[in-house]
Amino acid sequence: MEITTHDLWTALHGMGFGALFMLAFTGAIVELYRMSAPGAPSLMSARERTLLNFYLWAMVVLAWLTVFSGTYIIYPWYRAVPPAGVTDLAEYPRRLLLSSGRTSQWHNVGMEWKEHVAWLAPIAITMVAYVASKYSRAIVQHGRMRVAVLVFIVAAFVSTGIAGGFGAFLNKYAPIRGGDVIILMGEGK
Amino acid sequence: MSVVQNQVGTGETVDKIPNGPGAAAILAAGVGCAAVGIVTLASELSDAVGNLLNFYNPVGALSGKTTVAIIVWLIAWFVLARLWAKESVAMGTVNLVAFILLGIGFVLTFPPVWTLF
Repeated sequence: MEITTHDLWTALHGMGFGALFMLAFTGAIVELYRMSAPGAPSLMSARERTLLNFYLWAMVVLAWLTVFSGTYIIYPWYRAVPPAGVTDLAEYPRRLLLSSGRTSQWHNVGMEWKEHVAWLAPIAITMVAYVASKYSRAIVQHGRMRVAVLVFIVAAFVSTGIAGGFGAFLNKYAPIRGGDVIILMGEGK
Repeated sequence: MSVVQNQVGTGETVDKIPNGPGAAAILAAGVGCAAVGIVTLASELSDAVGNLLNFYNPVGALSGKTTVAIIVWLIAWFVLARLWAKESVAMGTVNLVAFILLGIGFVLTFPPVWTLF
């Protein structure tokens, strides 16, 4: 059983950072609502508010790790240019997608949107974490601010969903390949 | 320093904080999102801008687009936070502008829109 360094980084970017960030949204939305709703059925204790702040700032870290690892580690492999004469494009995902009219839109629309829209998420979630930490339960006095926080966290969720969804499909049609081989387990029988 | 408190709901008391710092963060987030879209569109429409934004060759123009957008966002946040540190601002207007800017970010990063310009 083996894995390449490119596979490992791609999995870490998509599953380790991105998917974990995505999974955290439901909890964040529910807890933000609970903290900020004027008629919330149960008020949060100080300890719960501290935990929510930690949770939101952990999301901020995951969001930035996702976009930076995607842009500066994986994207260069995606857009690598094959040397002259190379006909097997398996290790050049962008060129592989663009080589056929049946797959080119996965790059022209999917990848182009993914690589840009993904950057809205860390900006939005950083603002949400800051406002939640700064105001905590006092946000209940600022109804419109509460609306903005909820709109931006939903926007972060949507942009992450777009980026993650296209990422999953792109990795199906033109996976990132190559890199050094890491042997995880010896040969089986 | 004394903390002004306000009673909300059924006997619950919370600190009273002006909405300025929160409004600054919200509007700046909108500015940052719009900056991602605007810089992306500018790069797509002009090869010269695209080349200018190629800060790091392996990543190409994406490196410059995102770096510029982050700088614009942080500067906007810093300036607005300084201006509104102790202010109470019209939150409805701030929200409206921030949502429009957020929408600009989504729309201008969508590739089919680039062909309209």
